[in-house]
Amino acid sequence: MQLDHLPLNRAAVIRAIDWDVLPDQEGHRLRSLGFEPGVAIEALHKGILMWRDPLAVRVGRMTVALRTNVAAAIDCELKT
Amino acid sequence: MTQMPPLVALVGNPNAGKSALFNALTGARQKIANYPGVTVERKSGRATFDDGRPVEMIDLPGAYSLDPDSLDEAVTRDVVLGNLEGHRRPDALVIVLDAGNLDNHLRFALELIAQGLPTVVALNMVDLAERDGLKLDADKLSRALGVPVIETVAVRRRGLAPLMAELEQALKAPRPPGDPVAISFGAQNQRARDIARSVIISETAGRQWTRRMDSVLLHPVGGVVILLALLFLMFQAVYGWSEAPIGWIESGFALLSDAITGALPDGLFRSFLTDGVIAGVGSVIVFLPQILILFLFILLLEASGYMTRAAFVMDRVMAAVGLSGHSFIPLLSSFACAIPGIMATRTIMDQKERLATILIAPLMTCSARLPVYTVIIGAFIPATTVGPGIGLQGLVLFGLYISGILGAMLAASVIQRFVTQSQTSSFLIEMPRYQWPRLNDIALGLWQRAWVFLRRAGTIIFAATIILWALLSFPKAPEGSGVSQVEYSVAGRIADGLEPIVRPIGFNHDIALALIPAMAAREVAVSALATVYAIDAADDEAAATSLGPKLAADWSLATALAFLAWFVFAPQCISTIAVTRRETNGWKWPIFMVTYLFALAYAAAGITYWTARSFGL
Ligand SMILES: Nc1nc2c(ncn2[C@@H]2O[C@H](COP(=O)(O)OP(=O)(O)OP(=O)(O)O)[C@@H](O)[C@H]2O)c(=O)[nH]1
Ligand SMILES: [Mg+2]
Repeated sequence: MQLDHLPLNRAAVIRAIDWDVLPDQEGHRLRSLGFEPGVAIEALHKGILMWRDPLAVRVGRMTVALRTNVAAAIDCELKT
Repeated sequence: MTQMPPLVALVGNPNAGKSALFNALTGARQKIANYPGVTVERKSGRATFDDGRPVEMIDLPGAYSLDPDSLDEAVTRDVVLGNLEGHRRPDALVIVLDAGNLDNHLRFALELIAQGLPTVVALNMVDLAERDGLKLDADKLSRALGVPVIETVAVRRRGLAPLMAELEQALKAPRPPGDPVAISFGAQNQRARDIARSVIISETAGRQWTRRMDSVLLHPVGGVVILLALLFLMFQAVYGWSEAPIGWIESGFALLSDAITGALPDGLFRSFLTDGVIAGVGSVIVFLPQILILFLFILLLEASGYMTRAAFVMDRVMAAVGLSGHSFIPLLSSFACAIPGIMATRTIMDQKERLATILIAPLMTCSARLPVYTVIIGAFIPATTVGPGIGLQGLVLFGLYISGILGAMLAASVIQRFVTQSQTSSFLIEMPRYQWPRLNDIALGLWQRAWVFLRRAGTIIFAATIILWALLSFPKAPEGSGVSQVEYSVAGRIADGLEPIVRPIGFNHDIALALIPAMAAREVAVSALATVYAIDAADDEAAATSLGPKLAADWSLATALAFLAWFVFAPQCISTIAVTRRETNGWKWPIFMVTYLFALAYAAAGITYWTARSFGL
């Protein structure tokens, strides 16, 4: 399931990231923020008014804000 | 030859507390605030070892890796690798880590340790980690990393002595050159996570303050309402809370002026003091309370951690004009002053977005405009209330802020479409945990701002006002000729030249006179008008009354509104132009900026004036 479709407040794990669809800089920043397959992730808040964009997620112990177009490149799996 | 003191760089992820540690070690007063990207330049300062030997410390911008995505990160890379021209490579590194965030921050630490420089790790913010229920084993971390690790709480000066002691040891015994086998990003990440997990002693679910606050402040609807309410409150407070203290300062100056008039014989020197110094510079200094209130709000927003949340809330709106929440942070800082705002754009990854943000930053109503706005509003807008706690004057001020913001949005969308021709912007930012703003930090911040403002008043504004006073006082109009002194003076004649250009937008001779010196600093517009009216006053009694009533008597409402509209847009600040030149490496963009802003200012003033006239104002 793509990160932008992940239900809020449910523990999940990053399964894969499609680096190719991401612009270089964003991909690189995403990597240096610690986004990698296998990392625990949780969607916390969905943005503003009718846009529901950007997204606030928790990676490790850190909260990161990102846009849904970037989140769409991140494939996640809910923990059961 | 004496030996140079060792050079030690503080490096680490953004918002880890590097500047706080730097301040604690060197006694410097670098800006610290609770969002990533506060420091954007290299700054050096001096600390001492136990035995009194000096060591030169450098504070650096936060970075995520040595492979930069933005200009501030590039500064850090250049310093760490020793690529910066005219500066030697640091002899050692102090890696500052956020203890509550090891999973994500250790990877950069590994990359830095692999540089092979003598290294000490400051495991900072251990107090916050404990608040969140996390206990770490520093010794184990030290063994895993192969370098000393010291627990610190930079803002409480905890752990400084052991940190310096370890640093001294590390400098004595350089490490063997690092493992030359560069391991991949992914492998580093993996190792970082393994280490982070292994050093946890205990972990209990903390109270999750940040998460709970966020569910309110980032609420899809509530978050927007709160942000708007905060901004509205801020601008109302600038007006509402400052009235009394401004009154005190004004009466103080009036007393001083009276005393001088009583003590000195009539003459040039007395005119210099009362018309030039007190009427001119004094008319600006009275706005100190307003400026401090504005800064109080901005400092609180910055210190609490709300800044990135405001960026989150604004991202979509900014995206509509080709920017992002990321550019919102420098723009919000520009409410204080455009210069640090423009510097702060270094943290923006997308270079076109950065350029567009620089070009619109001067449209954010900076604190130097407050005196201008307040004088005019005070003179022309009645002090009535339009609702519970909402004053009309404050509302007009809010409107002026909004005009600047709307102007900026419009300019940004045109610039992004036609000038930089950029389709993209990006928003990807780490959001820090909330913290209570520390009283000391806020007080220090306010004190620094007050000092900067008074120094400005004492230097640029003073000088510009005195020069103007001299140009207004000579040559002396012939006695009994009926010619006004202002008209007859050098300054008056210069203004005659400018007047035909600004007459069509409703400006009078006095405004033409005030516009030129106001290029030095916007506040000078106020001190210049005050000086003009003081010199032209029929007698000392009239000279002593404050500027507002004189303007109200002399100007039409249409002219006053046009004057306000002009100042919303006009790039009346040489320092902003200079910093734009430096940050864009050339004259092209500052010239573009000045041109479009003056054009906008002229158009806005003209439209305002003629619209007001058509309503019979
Ligand atoms: N509780 C706590 N807060 C700290 C500590 N050290 C720093 N802070 C706070 O953390 C925030 C960030 O501190 P800075 O010193 O500005 O961080 P920085 O690493 O210089 O950040 P950048 O310049 O953005 O890279 C500020 O709000 C500080 O007051 C600490 O040890 N404990
Ligand atoms: Mg800093």
